[in-house]
Order: sequence, then C-alpha cells, then structure tokens
Amino acid sequence: MSLPPVVPDPGSSKPDSPAVKYFPPPVRKKLRLTNVRIASQIFFFSAFFVLCWLTWTSRLEGYPVSRILEMDPLVMISTMLSTGYVYRFLGWGLLVLGLTLLAGRVFCNWICPYGTLHQFIGWLFNVHKTKENFDRNRYRDMYYFKYAVLAVLLIMASMGALQIGLLDPICLMYRTTATVVAPIFDMTIESIPGMDPLWIDNLKFAPGVSSRVFVGSFWIGLFMLVLVGANVFVPRFFCRLICPLGALLGVFSRFSLVRINRDVHKCTDCNMCLTRCEGAADPHAAVRVSECFSCMNCIDDCPEDALSFSMVGLDTKQVKLLPDISTRRMFFAGVVGALGYPFLKIHGTNTDANFSPDLIRPPGSVEESEFLEKCIKCDQCINSCPTNVLQPATWAEGGLEGLWTPVMNFNIAHCQLKCTLCSEVCPTGAIRKITVDEKLGKGEFVEQGPIVLGTAFFDKGRCLPHAMDIPCVVCEEVCPVSPKAIQTHDEEIKTVFDEMVVLNKPFIVPDLCIGCGICQAECPVRDDRAVYVTAVGESRSTERSLLLKNRSGSG
Amino acid sequence: MNESEKPAGSQGADKPDPAVPDPAVPDPPGTESSEPPPAKPIQHPDYEKDPMERRKFLGRIGAAAGILGAAGYLALAPKDWPLSLRDTTGLRSKPHFTPVSLNDFRVPKPIQQTADVGIGRGGTPDQMLRKALDAVGGLKHYIQPGDIVVVKPNVAFDRSPALGATSQPALLEALINMLLVDCRAQEVRVCDNPIESPADCFMKTGIRKAAEKAGGRIYLPDSNAFKLLATPGATLIQEWWFFHRPFTNVDKVIGVAPVKDHNLCYASMGIKNWYGLLGGRRSQFHQDIHEIVSDLSIMIRPTLTILDGTKILMENGPTGGDPSNVVDGDVVMASLDPVAQDAWAFEHLLKRDPDQLPEYLHKSEAKGSGKIDYRGRIKEIL
Repeated sequence: MSLPPVVPDPGSSKPDSPAVKYFPPPVRKKLRLTNVRIASQIFFFSAFFVLCWLTWTSRLEGYPVSRILEMDPLVMISTMLSTGYVYRFLGWGLLVLGLTLLAGRVFCNWICPYGTLHQFIGWLFNVHKTKENFDRNRYRDMYYFKYAVLAVLLIMASMGALQIGLLDPICLMYRTTATVVAPIFDMTIESIPGMDPLWIDNLKFAPGVSSRVFVGSFWIGLFMLVLVGANVFVPRFFCRLICPLGALLGVFSRFSLVRINRDVHKCTDCNMCLTRCEGAADPHAAVRVSECFSCMNCIDDCPEDALSFSMVGLDTKQVKLLPDISTRRMFFAGVVGALGYPFLKIHGTNTDANFSPDLIRPPGSVEESEFLEKCIKCDQCINSCPTNVLQPATWAEGGLEGLWTPVMNFNIAHCQLKCTLCSEVCPTGAIRKITVDEKLGKGEFVEQGPIVLGTAFFDKGRCLPHAMDIPCVVCEEVCPVSPKAIQTHDEEIKTVFDEMVVLNKPFIVPDLCIGCGICQAECPVRDDRAVYVTAVGESRSTERSLLLKNRSGSG
Repeated sequence: MNESEKPAGSQGADKPDPAVPDPAVPDPPGTESSEPPPAKPIQHPDYEKDPMERRKFLGRIGAAAGILGAAGYLALAPKDWPLSLRDTTGLRSKPHFTPVSLNDFRVPKPIQQTADVGIGRGGTPDQMLRKALDAVGGLKHYIQPGDIVVVKPNVAFDRSPALGATSQPALLEALINMLLVDCRAQEVRVCDNPIESPADCFMKTGIRKAAEKAGGRIYLPDSNAFKLLATPGATLIQEWWFFHRPFTNVDKVIGVAPVKDHNLCYASMGIKNWYGLLGGRRSQFHQDIHEIVSDLSIMIRPTLTILDGTKILMENGPTGGDPSNVVDGDVVMASLDPVAQDAWAFEHLLKRDPDQLPEYLHKSEAKGSGKIDYRGRIKEIL
C-alpha cells in the first residue's frame, strides 16, 4: 500500500498566503475501483469452485456448470480453427471478447479465477520493498513469449492438432481442480473424525464415492504448483509470460474504448504506479495497452492523481497499443507451429493402425481424429463422472497428442449404463451431447444400436470357472444389458475334493457387449483381470470396429 | 571476504564499543581515565563471548539425558511395559481393527399372534404395506416413539424403478411416512452400498427423492463409513467390512427388498438384500454364494423384512434392464421370519418350483434364522 503524500496541514497554513500551495487531503474512498475489482474476483473465484462442486450427479439440475469454460474465447477460436464450427454454447466466448474490445483485458484481473489465484499467491509471498517492486513490475522483453505461445497453438489448431488446453488458464484450472484439488479436499473432509454425515455429503465434491483417484494427477498438480510458485520470482509469471488467453485478449485490447491513461502534466515520474502493477504494463511511461490487466492498482497508488481509467481525452502519444513483438519472432513462432502438427502426428502412438487397447473414450465421443481436434483437456467430464472411471490419459494411452484427455480405466470403475453426464458437460463436443436413449440404442435410435465403447475379452487362463473349476461369474451377474452379453455354459463337474460343483463357464456375446467395463471392474482376479475390455469394436469409428455389421447369424 | 581476512583494525579500531570493557586487559584500580584506552584485540564488533555457566551446562546435560532417556525407554523397553513402542518382530505395527457387533433388532410378536409373515394384497403401495404390516401386528408394535430406524432398500443399480431391479420409491416413501408420522420415530436413515456409483444410483432409482420427501436421511458410503463386523456363527464373514455408519446408535432395522431373479443364486429377495451392506472384496463371495447369503441371514437380525412384490423381475436378474423382464404384482409382504417369507415369495411371486428352493434357504434354516415351512404362519389381508 502506498502512503498518502505528505501534505501541509490545511488548518495551520494560511489559505490566503500565495507562498504556500495548498494540496487537498487525498480522498481515501472505501468504494475504490480496486475494491470493486477484488469483489468481482472473489465472486468469480468462488463461482468457479461452486460450479465444480455442482458438477456432480446428485446436484446437477440444469446448472450451466461449464459456463466459465464456454466463456473462454480462446476455446471458441481454437476449436473453430480446428473443426470449422462453433459447438453448442461456445458462442458465450463472444461475451469476453466483446468485453475486451470495449474495455481491454478486464477479464484477466476481474474475472479469470486462475489470474486471481496468481495474484493472491504473488501478494501473499511478496516480501519485497517498494523500490524492488518497481523493477519487478517493469515490462521485460521476455513477456513477448505469450504471443509466440498463442501463435504456435493457434497455427497447430488450424492444422488440426488442438493443444490449447495444455496452457489455457481456464482449462488448466479446471483440470487441476477436477483431478487434484477436489479429491484432496474430499479426502480431508472424509477423515475429519466425528463429522456429521450430512455435512460430509454436502461438502464433498463427490459424495458417495470413496477416495477418487486419478492416474497421473501428480504431474497435473506439479505443473500447477510450478506455475503458481513462479509468482515468487516473477510476479504474475504465468499471466505475463505464458498465458495464451491473455495474449489473445492482449491483441484484441488494441481496440478498447477505455484504457489506463497517464496525464503527463500531472505525473512527477515517481514510479509509484509500478508498486503493484499486475500486468507489467509500464503505466509510468508509455502505457502498454496489450499488457494492462486493468487491475486499477496504479490509479490507487498514484500520489498525483495522474492516472485514470478513461475514454475521453486520452494521450495518443504516450501509449503502446500493440504488443511488442518483432516480425522475426512471429515468423519463428509460425515455423514452430507449422512444424508442431507433423511432429505430433508422426509420433504415431494414436493412429488407426497403432493405438493403445486402453484408449477407451467416454460414450458420445466423436471419432478419434475428430476427438483430438475438439478435446481441450479441461477434464470437466472427469469431474462429472460419478464412478471415477474417467481418467486423464497418460502418454501410454493417449499418445503425445492425447495427454490428459479423458479415457476410461475399467480397473478403477465402470461406465454407468444410464449416465450421460460427461457428454452433457463437455464444452467443445469432443463428447457429443447424447441422451440415454441414444447411448443404449433405444427409442428412435434402435436402428443405430447402442454406443459401444469397446469389447470384453476373457483370459481363460485366469478365469476361476474356466481355469480352476471354482464357481464365480460375477461378470455375468453385473452385466447390465438385456439379454446379457456375458452368458454361461453350465456344467456339473467333480472336483478333486470329490464334491459335485456346478460351474457356470462364462463367454462373451460380442454383438451384445457395449464395453461398459463393469465385468472388468468387478472381476475378483484383481491384478490382471480375467475379463477385460479393450478399445476395439468401438462404435464411434469404422476403422476401429470389430464385427461386420448386419452379418448373417448376428440375430 | 572472510571476516578474519579483513585488514587489522578496519572495523574494531574504527568503532570501539565503550560499553563492553575488554576482559583481557582489566582496569587496574586507581587508573585515571585520562589515559589512552588500551589497544583492543582484533575482534568483530558483533561477536560477544558467551561464558558457559555451570547452571546452564547442567541444565543442558539434564535436558539431553531426559530426552534421550525417554526416547530410549519408548524405543527399547520390552513391549509389555507401558508406553513401549518396541516392535521386535515387525508384527506389532500391523494394523489392527477391533470388530464391532450388531444388536439383535428383533422384537417379539404380539401375544396370541400366530402369523410370522404378513401379506397385503390390492390397492396402492401404501395400502398394501399397511395391510401386510397389520397382518403381523401393526408397525406401532415394533417401533417405539423416539426410535432411530435404519431402512435398507435395494439401490444396487442405476435403473429406473419401472425396471424392477431396485426397491420401489413409492413403497419406501409410504414406509418412512408411517415410521415418522404414525410411530413417531426420531430419525429414519436410508442406506445402501450399491455396486454402481452410490450418488447416481440413489438418484436414478428415485429412492433419494422419495426418502427426502418423506423426511428420511440418506447415508452414502465413503471410505470411512465401514467397520469390521463380527458375526459369530458365520462361515465366510466371521469378520468382515460392514457399512456401519448408519447403524451407529440405531434401535430398529427394516429391510425393503424387491423380488428378483438372480443368475447365480436363483432368486434375490429379503435375505440377499443385506448383501448391500457389505464392503471389502465382496465380489469374491460369488465363489460360494449360498453360504454367504445364509451368513447374511444371521449377520443382521432385522426388526422386519418387507418384500416388494409390486414389480417382480422374472428374468435377466439381478440387473434386469428391459421392461419385458418385469411382471407387475399386487403383493407387499412384511415378515418376522425372512426365510419363510423368501420361500413363499419364491413359490408364489417368482412362480418357481418349491422343490427347487435356493440352497441358501436351507442353509439359513440350518443356521437358525427361520423356517422354510411357512404353512400356518401366514396371514393374508386382501
């Protein structure tokens, strides 16, 4: 906080004396713009977590839980580049875009929950003196980097490799909340002794599921920690240096009507405006509009009242409207982006000829190459999944390109038959919105048949009735389709202990199997399951199908 | 630069500290102050020598001995000494769970009543339930005002109630209403540990809505909700993980089960319903399904078992999934003897051959949870 300038006491000075210049005492208003900003930040930050908390099967009643993702114009623009269309509610991105066109990067410091997190952490750990902060908040040449990131990601997206979600702040925050913050919070709530069960259920992000786990979430958490921790060394490190959304808004803020303006006649070059400048926008010199987060701190800190957030009477000389990027750097970023696409594709771990058997996408997912053009890795689907079957893909399943996209891990849980939540919350249509009827192939979808996620197989060498003459068939019991896709050949045998045992030896009816994975999830052979589902046979792709459709003898 | 490498007198000589007299050169008595001060040895001005006093020394030694002694006792004392932490075999640190036990929740039937199984036929689920309960003496006989009652429906799958795989919400709502309004129970807890996602199952089956509408409280399982339960006399579950949280301080227990076909044990009715309270690796029990179901019949001794014969899953059980698998019935049963009740339902509701009763009913009878022969113990109210 800055101190008010030393002013002569108006009572003791003589107002009629021309020698003493009279300064009015500074107005310490409660309703300063910065306070309004903080209120807005608290609102949106809480809204973010409330929406994440609402994204649960028992709480979802038509709330727009993915709205913050859908308001992200970078999601809109990048998926539009990669697919050519704007899915469902992504038009909401125009709201933020419009706001930026009118008032600059207001989003960054008034709305963005990730920005709020960075600002808070930066404020909390800022032990520097005011003069040191001047230097920390000056514009640095390296801050051009985010524009290069944006260019690389957008060029890749336009060629069909959507990697925007790795660094988009909203996607990043959703992903981390879903796979790291929420399970840790739930674990904490559960382990508080003597807690009323009603409160446990009301507080937890995922009531009714014991200990959700997310494969590889350590790296997601670490990624977040490193980015947030960097605030200690460079204030708003992510926002100033990396954020592709900020870069996008920075480009559009060039046209904003309102901006920070410095009145050079009042300014005494004291640099106080740099004390808390969030965007490193150089308010003490030529204001960099593309960098300014409109945090309004400089207006607060200016002892001379030289700074204002205004529309009329702007200084057209002491201002830099465009981002500071040289043609050479942009050309280089373009080359990197253009090379990024083939680099990802020739990696070859997720092609129709060579894909992981564990690459099982949630129901409603579009065909894989299209999926990769749409999925922003926000993991909102994973957040909504009531069984914990949805997991962020590691390199093993998704390949380089599909890192942190949703896959199903049937060792952990299964895909619930009458659930389409993941398809409802997906902001980009990577998981298309489907109904239960469409998922199960009922009603008007009888012709089309149910959505098949994969196919179940038996490892007869490990299956208890097949290999060991021990009754089991949990898989048949839990098989949810009617008629059952796991059926049995029953035979009565005499065991070595001279007892007669009826063995129900299970087998798969592949035409009926929808790959929901409940057989694998419940199989008592816990390590290498005796029945397991692999991706082949999924109905979203003809290239990855198994059975000839409508073949004779298929019933 | 190291302090000792600094030029002699660069700091000490420039800034002599008059407050600290030099101990090396004591002032001889009678020395006049006008004499020049004696030269100080080269020393950093912030450096002050700390004399170790005897008291301090002894204190430190004592503290060190105390800490080490206490730690030594904890670590090395024989394990039967108090507070000893010693673990010579490595087995002491093995997690140990003390099993809990459940009360017997049964209530003797009214004097001069012969019926153990009540059957209510015709009307709305509410009316059928009332008839069935009246046949065994009325719910008020079993529930005292102020009781905490656990109601255990079957919520195993995320099916809509019409598919018959789960308990009917209308019946549950009627029961909770009777418990809270007629019997003035203090609290009604509704719990199950479904196979599929609990939150989802409770919602899709309509159980959550029905229970909350009537004023019941839903208990969802989580990892801390289970306790090891001792069931003396059981073969497979002498000690097993049990969804115990809703059973804390509970007075009465009522099961509300659907009547279903079951691929492995032929029929899932009143006794099999208690399977939904087990935790742990319960899918292993399919290797000996009849034994486990008979164990369930002695694991919990419910006040009443209510069988819901309004939607009967005749085939493709226990999951169902198709409306064609379901037959509408007009029966609700309430019983003090779950074995007799299941035997009757197997014959009259599932319409199966009474000579091919599931083996678990015979085993349950042998374990003393009831009698299969229901003749003369049934009261039917139309």
